Amino acid sequence: MPVHHFIPEEPLVESLTDALSTPLKLYPTKPEKVYVFGTCLVDLFYPEAGMSGVVLLEHAGVEVLFPQDQTCCGQPAYTSGYKEEARLVALAQMSIFGEDYPIVVPSGSCGGMMKTHYPRLFEGTEHHQQALDFSERIYELTDFLVHVCDLSLEDKGERTKIALHTSCSSRREMKTTDSGKLLLGQLKNVALVEPKKVTECCGFGGAFSVRHSEISSAMVKDKVMHLSNTKADAFLSSDCGCLMNIKGAAEKDKSALTLRRGEHLLSFVARRAGLIADGVEV
Amino acid sequence: MSTTTGSFQQRSDVAIQDKKLRANFLSAMDGLMEKRDLAFDDKTQLEALRILGAQVRQNALVKLPELLVELETKLTQRGVQVHWAQTPDEAVDIIQSITLKEKAQKIIKGKSMVSEEIHLNDKMEQVGVTCLESDLGEYIVQLAKETPSHIVMPAIHKNTAEIADLLHEKTGIERKEDALYMTEQARQQLRKNFMEADIGLSGVNFAVAETGTLCLVENEGNGRLTTTVPKTHIAIMGIEKVVEKLEDTAPLLSLLTRSATGQPITTYFNMISGPRKENELDGPETVHLVLLDHGRTQMYQDDELLDTLRCIRCAACMNHCPVYTRIGGHAYGFTYPGPIGKILMPHLEGLDDTQSLPTASSLCGACAEVCPVKIPIPDLLVRLREEANHPNPQDSYIKGAGIKRHGMEPVLWSMWRWWHQRGTRYHIMTSMLTKLHFLQPSKLAPWTNKRTLPKMAKKSFHQQMKARTDRLKKGALR
Ligand code: SF4
Repeated sequence: MPVHHFIPEEPLVESLTDALSTPLKLYPTKPEKVYVFGTCLVDLFYPEAGMSGVVLLEHAGVEVLFPQDQTCCGQPAYTSGYKEEARLVALAQMSIFGEDYPIVVPSGSCGGMMKTHYPRLFEGTEHHQQALDFSERIYELTDFLVHVCDLSLEDKGERTKIALHTSCSSRREMKTTDSGKLLLGQLKNVALVEPKKVTECCGFGGAFSVRHSEISSAMVKDKVMHLSNTKADAFLSSDCGCLMNIKGAAEKDKSALTLRRGEHLLSFVARRAGLIADGVEV
Repeated sequence: MSTTTGSFQQRSDVAIQDKKLRANFLSAMDGLMEKRDLAFDDKTQLEALRILGAQVRQNALVKLPELLVELETKLTQRGVQVHWAQTPDEAVDIIQSITLKEKAQKIIKGKSMVSEEIHLNDKMEQVGVTCLESDLGEYIVQLAKETPSHIVMPAIHKNTAEIADLLHEKTGIERKEDALYMTEQARQQLRKNFMEADIGLSGVNFAVAETGTLCLVENEGNGRLTTTVPKTHIAIMGIEKVVEKLEDTAPLLSLLTRSATGQPITTYFNMISGPRKENELDGPETVHLVLLDHGRTQMYQDDELLDTLRCIRCAACMNHCPVYTRIGGHAYGFTYPGPIGKILMPHLEGLDDTQSLPTASSLCGACAEVCPVKIPIPDLLVRLREEANHPNPQDSYIKGAGIKRHGMEPVLWSMWRWWHQRGTRYHIMTSMLTKLHFLQPSKLAPWTNKRTLPKMAKKSFHQQMKARTDRLKKGALR
């Protein structure tokens, strides 16, 4: 028999059956308190979205805790391949949400980072179990309002037509595609229209939008086109990255005049429900 | 080796401006996505089948060393000559020496991506042997002196009009934008080639260890002719293509055809077990199998990177990829384009040559969502980005690891980490930024070339929450 000199003697992995199936999504009963993880984009660019989330949670009868020491989930470093840097920042976040309350995040992408990527990030380290436990406590804020808080709202706004952009992370990592629809469904004067290619990425992808700017621009241009074609009055997204990207492109794109209005889903909902006006709590 | 010149950046910038190319890909990919979706109408069943498919592949990988030996034993018993090639050059040498021994002048080829991987056509041309492609798409690509732009549909970048022009110009047939007519004409030409060829060369979709069977999935019958008409048949495959049992091929075949083209099954499914036996009327007199490593055993050593080897080359990931749809296959510059190419090519060619591939993704996850064997492509892209910054490249399983660990980027990330590691530092940074919000630049290329910048808040969420908490506390005290 010839020598198979390049075939290793021993296979290195066990079967990965468990890792292959998608776990069932389970929701807790409505808790007394929750932590809010604000995310760095909400912090610096969309504080109103964070505030709206807080107000909506309280409106649903849940007390909100906001640890001031929180910073960023670590995603920018993680997706850029700087695992060690991401790990150190993630570890800092994991250590400040001490009580066993759920942690709700007004962004599918940061939520996705904490829920689905923290376990991978800490695999093989002493913090792996901590990361697994932590990730189980993470919820996307809209999803939490709809499925845990059972929030009910009264629509105080005029009739309007809205297109909703669902982000890839909320769709594929957080599996919360329906929550935005369900929440908006409570607003009787809001007609929701679905753009074509609704599942396609808007082209943000963090550093990708700068590193491969031509590809990213081509993607967001198409996204703006599909959203504009709905003739909606405005579009909403519950992800600040997508929002920044799509809104920015729509504002620059002369052909997308109708789409110049874009805002965070939570800001829109809180405003319509009369809980926030001009960015201030009512 | 890159198949085209320039960097990924340059190639994709050019491709994205090519309106016709983009239109061709957009309509083709839209069609393929729709067909796949219709073929898997029961999503619960699809999920169950994907789990089964992934398990079958994973099981084969876990037992890879023994399965390869079993495959070799079974095939050898039936008279197939099995060759092992660690590098593309070794594979080419093996095939060249077979042609020499057979005094062959002409090789007719069924579709084989591994033969593309080792650049076989060019290498054979250099020793005076002609390779003729018999798959229709490959035939078109060969006439145009190009490489495949898609792993299942090699000529998908061309529309009917372009193909009509090409066939008219290269073969002299009448120019008619009629797919049926063109197919018929090409078939006539190909028939002749089948009869004249000394050797038939094909790829392999699955190799069954238990029975020693090489399975070939195809639609045009060219695979059947390639592997039966010439007196010698050479099959070439990557070592990961082996499966344990015959029954393993059922779920894989079902997943492959439906994921690739939306077909419940292909027109032909060939099962090859050896050369013509006594009393048999047809089939080749000699059959060879070339098993190629080309970086695969490197991947195999790492239990995360190994997932890449589950791939059954259905191309669903590229059909659903928003990046692939916009730049097409050639812009990637390597044999395998699209998401699978991004996670596979760095292992075959080294990260030093392919470092742009893993970054050219928004990590949207459309690929992993459709992959029939559940390869976590975005995670693997992140992993390859990590490998590019590997602090100790000698510990990595990838050639070219650590390629980006020098320069400004690591320094910037380490600063980023410092600011975000402590709440107090972060507060200093954000309060500086919000105080100076009016100094925010209005232009920040390349972001602002196509977008406006969002306005920085005057009071951060942290600040607003702090003020709110203080207010509430005071209120409660009062
Ligand atoms: S990675 Fe998955 S989807 Fe892509 S070609 Fe391979 S099997 Fe198909």
